[in-house]
Amino acid sequence: MTKNSAGVPRLPHLLGIEGLSPETISGLLDLSETYIDQNRSIDKRRDKLAGRTVINLFFENSTRTRTSFEVAAKRLGSDVINMDVATSSVKKGETLLDTAMTLNAMRPDAIVVRHAESGAVNLLSQKVNCTVINAGDGQHEHPTQALLDALAIRRRLGSLQGLLVAICGDIMHSRVARSNIHLLQIMGARVRVVGPPTLMPTDIDRMGVEVHYNMRTGLKDVDIVMMLRLQTERMQGSFVPSISEYFRFYGLDHEKLKFAKPNALVMHPGPMNRGVEIDSEVADDLDRSIIHEQVEMGVAVRMACLDALIGGQRNSMGVTI
Amino acid sequence: MSGNVIRTAPPHAGSTAYINARIVDPVANAEYLGAVLISDGRIADFGPNLFASGAPYGIQSVDCGGLYLAPGIVDARVHTGEPGEEHKETLESAGIAAAAGGITSMVLLPDNDPPFDDASLIEFVARRARQIKLTNMYAYAALTVGLEGQHLSEMGLLAEAGALAFTDADHAIGNAQVLRRALYYAKAFDALIIHLPQEPTLSGGNMTSGEMATRMGLSGSPPLAEVMLVERDIRLVEMTGGRLHLTKISTAESVKAIAAAKARGLRITCDTAPAYFALNDLAVGDYRTFGKLMPPLRSESDRLAVVQGLADGTIDTIVSDHRPQDQDSKRVPFAQALPGGIGLETLLPVSLDLVHNRQLTLPQLFRRLSTAPAALLNLPGGKLAKGAPADLVVFDTDYAYKIDRDDLWSKTKNSPFDERPVQGRVMATIVAGRTIYREDSFADKAAAA
Repeated sequence: MTKNSAGVPRLPHLLGIEGLSPETISGLLDLSETYIDQNRSIDKRRDKLAGRTVINLFFENSTRTRTSFEVAAKRLGSDVINMDVATSSVKKGETLLDTAMTLNAMRPDAIVVRHAESGAVNLLSQKVNCTVINAGDGQHEHPTQALLDALAIRRRLGSLQGLLVAICGDIMHSRVARSNIHLLQIMGARVRVVGPPTLMPTDIDRMGVEVHYNMRTGLKDVDIVMMLRLQTERMQGSFVPSISEYFRFYGLDHEKLKFAKPNALVMHPGPMNRGVEIDSEVADDLDRSIIHEQVEMGVAVRMACLDALIGGQRNSMGVTI
Repeated sequence: MSGNVIRTAPPHAGSTAYINARIVDPVANAEYLGAVLISDGRIADFGPNLFASGAPYGIQSVDCGGLYLAPGIVDARVHTGEPGEEHKETLESAGIAAAAGGITSMVLLPDNDPPFDDASLIEFVARRARQIKLTNMYAYAALTVGLEGQHLSEMGLLAEAGALAFTDADHAIGNAQVLRRALYYAKAFDALIIHLPQEPTLSGGNMTSGEMATRMGLSGSPPLAEVMLVERDIRLVEMTGGRLHLTKISTAESVKAIAAAKARGLRITCDTAPAYFALNDLAVGDYRTFGKLMPPLRSESDRLAVVQGLADGTIDTIVSDHRPQDQDSKRVPFAQALPGGIGLETLLPVSLDLVHNRQLTLPQLFRRLSTAPAALLNLPGGKLAKGAPADLVVFDTDYAYKIDRDDLWSKTKNSPFDERPVQGRVMATIVAGRTIYREDSFADKAAAA
């Protein structure tokens, strides 16, 4: 595996966190740090990726992640095309692979893909000869979210090693939970998952996590509380009896947050359902909540991923060297 | 490594002797070097001493050179696309694949478009088989009208038209009252009902529940969705005294429940398919849609229990569960892919793993592939017996190769066994004395036939 200018091992694609080495993750986080300063300066733009083309291919609605990738690519000088799938030929019955092949023929350097089905991004990556970045596939993975969460934690607490992290809520439908479980464990943190049994995937304990069904034991002595959005749009049938019951037992408020360590940080990947999984008083508590830092880190992490995957020089065969 | 499907041979007439063959006799549970004499398409004689000193002058003889010869395979679970989805598989292309797979009789599932809930469709299959002149073809009829699980089909009329049994194919009957009535009503005709036990409200997932599904972010179907209906169905058979065959058994708990029911003397039989004794859920890793089947591939411990069930006889028969799917149905995200895999040509080579691994003897294997399914469905083939149709398969158990989907005759290539190394190959397939398939390397020996 070659290394790029930032010393991060070169990956062909970023499809998920599972299987990445601690060195790769640290390398990406280190590279992200360098972009935070750039993003905070007046002159935000560099031309590191000048001449490169990045296509944002979002089969699922997303404002936040798509904007974050778009800003990241533009700040590195890349051309960005947003595929509005709602008005494209996908609605006319064109298959995922037809779309992929069509875009591939336009010779982009990277395609950033979000899709409602688990594994769809892997499938697409097998059929194109450019870099593919997973911006969330079904209930499988959302690797850049886990990286930005890690960066936000690392900047606050110095390291992930030895931390105790509770991921709470709708674990079953969450790709964010899966990517975070992988990343946190790879980097030496311990992970608990907390939520109602109906929202716990089968055999989740075999991924090396501790399973808790109530917030009192689940949050006890944790350093970080990661809340997840209750994804009612993915639910077929009844998983929880009502929103008010869910909030009563699993919504994060100051009462429940008391079980965690006194200075435990609160995170949420957004968009938040206030009054469902998180109380506004907690979400907006600047001493505890780092939700806005997560968003800021998102741009830096996506810049680092684009740089690491498609930055550098290319030979005449189009292979990055 | 290639062979020829032969469709032009006239009906067998006169006498032909297959000599110097290792004969697999599942009825006698024996295996010996000997010969089989065929007269006018039927088995006239067979045994270890027959033609021990060479075939008499004037009789055509085929020297099998020590290859194995067994009763042809009776594949009791095949789906084709005809009528309705001929772009996936026709009865003709399935007949060719069956010939290459050593299958001398196959029984078609009724879940076509239109479904086989009308006598004319059963007759249609019989007529097409006569035109195609390869493997024998039979059909099951739908158990309920339109395979909708509500109203019983015309079981008596369909049986008269030649339907071998009644099933809703891959649709489980969720309504216990419907299955209870069907089992009662079928008694009037001593008809067999074939049922896929998967509790419909629990089996809608994309793969078996567990760690793999959780890691891959796919919805799961728990293994207990199977045993729940197995146990319900056992009670219904006990109540009604009907005849029930449970199909595609894939879990340890189901094997246990069926063994207990058989021990109580209930009229229950069951089958499984090679996918469930040769693969586990790791085969869908990396979202491989060729491994998406119904029921889903299970855990390794379930696979081992299915092997054990075959070895101890709890599982009576092995079916290919051949279900062609084209690229549009498989080259899509996993959740959107249609379930099913082709299996006619891999049925014997993959099943021979059970023999190579010493889990079954060859006569035991051919009891499950040929004799037991023929007996269950009252078909004339599937055994070596004087006067029985000369439906035979000649095969080599040493021939090692890797299954390559592009080498298969089936119209679509969705084999869950693609790239699997196997040992064993069909050298010739004989139906009513006519050779319908011959491997090139066997052609010289068989030229006289």
